[in-house]
Amino acid sequence: MAERKMQVEVLRYDPDRDTEPRYQTYEVGCDPDWVVLDALTKIKDEIDDSLSFRWSCHMAVCGSCGMTVNGEPVLSCKTFIRDFPDKIKVEPLDNFPIERDLVVVMDDFIEKFEAVKPYIIPKEPRSIEQGTYLQTPAQLKAYKQYSMCINCLCCYAACPQVALNDDFIGPAALALAHRYNLDTRDVGRSAREDVVAAHEGVWECSFVGACSQVCPKDVDPAAAIQQSKIASTTDYFTSFITGGSK
Amino acid sequence: MSRRPYNRPVSKSKWWTTQLRYQHYMLREVTCIFIGAYMAMLVWGLMRLSQGPEAWEAYVAGILSPIGIIFQLICLGFALVNTISWFNVTPKAMPLVVGGERVPGRTIVVAHYAVWGVVSVFVLAIAGL
Repeated sequence: MAERKMQVEVLRYDPDRDTEPRYQTYEVGCDPDWVVLDALTKIKDEIDDSLSFRWSCHMAVCGSCGMTVNGEPVLSCKTFIRDFPDKIKVEPLDNFPIERDLVVVMDDFIEKFEAVKPYIIPKEPRSIEQGTYLQTPAQLKAYKQYSMCINCLCCYAACPQVALNDDFIGPAALALAHRYNLDTRDVGRSAREDVVAAHEGVWECSFVGACSQVCPKDVDPAAAIQQSKIASTTDYFTSFITGGSK
Repeated sequence: MSRRPYNRPVSKSKWWTTQLRYQHYMLREVTCIFIGAYMAMLVWGLMRLSQGPEAWEAYVAGILSPIGIIFQLICLGFALVNTISWFNVTPKAMPLVVGGERVPGRTIVVAHYAVWGVVSVFVLAIAGL
C-alpha cells in the first residue's frame, strides 16, 4: 500500500544541552497500518538516532509506551496513524518530569504504587503443599477489571488532581488497592486504609473522570476510587458501632 | 550524561481551560452554586410564609416577577445539567451485581431517569398541576 508522508512534531529535551524542552518536526513516510510507535521507531532507526522513548511489547500489554499524542494520553502502540490528519504532535506524558525526550521520570509513581501494597496479603502463610487458593468465577469477576492495569500512567497524565497536588496517590495506584481489597484471597484492606482512606488517597479525587476516559485497558479507575470512598465511609461509621478502628 | 529532569509548569488557575473534559467537569461543579441559590430561595419562602399572609404574597409576587422567573429558569437549566451529569456517572459509584452478573451501567442510568420521572409526576400531582 502507498506510503503516506506525516509531519511528526516531537517534544525533545536533552538534559545535557537544553534548558527547556523544544519541538522538532520530522517528515516520516508511514504505512497505512502503522501506529505512532512505528513512526517513532522509523525516526530513531533512519532519521535521528538521538530520539529517546520507551517501548517494549508493541501490543498494549507492557504499558511502556504511554505518551501524549495530539494532547491525549495514549499508548503509542495502539494509536493508529490513519486516525490523524497529516500532522501529529507527540509529547511526553503530562504531569511527570521529563527525563529525556519522551521518557518521563516515574519514581514518584513507583513510591505511591508501593504505598498501597499492591499484592495479596493472605490471612496466614500458605505452604506449597497446601496447594493454590481456590476462587469461584464470581469472585474473580469482582476484581478482574481492576487487575487489567498495566501501569502505563495515561490516567496520571489525564488527571488534573495529579497535576495540582503532588501528594495525591493517583488513579492507577488507588485502582490497584481496590483490586486487592476486592480479592477474596486478601485480608490487607486495613493495612492499605491509612493510604487509601487518607486525604491524599481517595478523598483527593474530585471525580473528574478523565482517568477512566483515557485508560487504554478499560480499567475504570474513577469507578474504583468512588467505590473506595463508599467503603471508607462505611468503615468510618461502622467503627462507631463496633468500637474498633475499622 | 547527567540527570536533570525538567518539570513543566502547571497553571493553578487555568488548568481547566486546557481540555474540554475538564470544562465539562467545571460546568458540573458550578451547578452546585445554582442548586444552592434555588434552595436558598425556597428556605426564604418558608421564612416569609411564617411571617403571615402579606409576607407570603409579596414572596410569591417576587418569584413570579420577570426577574424571578428568569432566575428560576437559569436554576432549572443548571439543575438539569447537574442531574444528567451525575446520573451518567452513577454506575461507577454503585455497581450492581444481580445473579452473579454485573447490571449494565446503562440500565442503572435509565432506572434513575425512571425514578426521577415517577417522583416528578408525584410532586406535580401534590402541587395540583
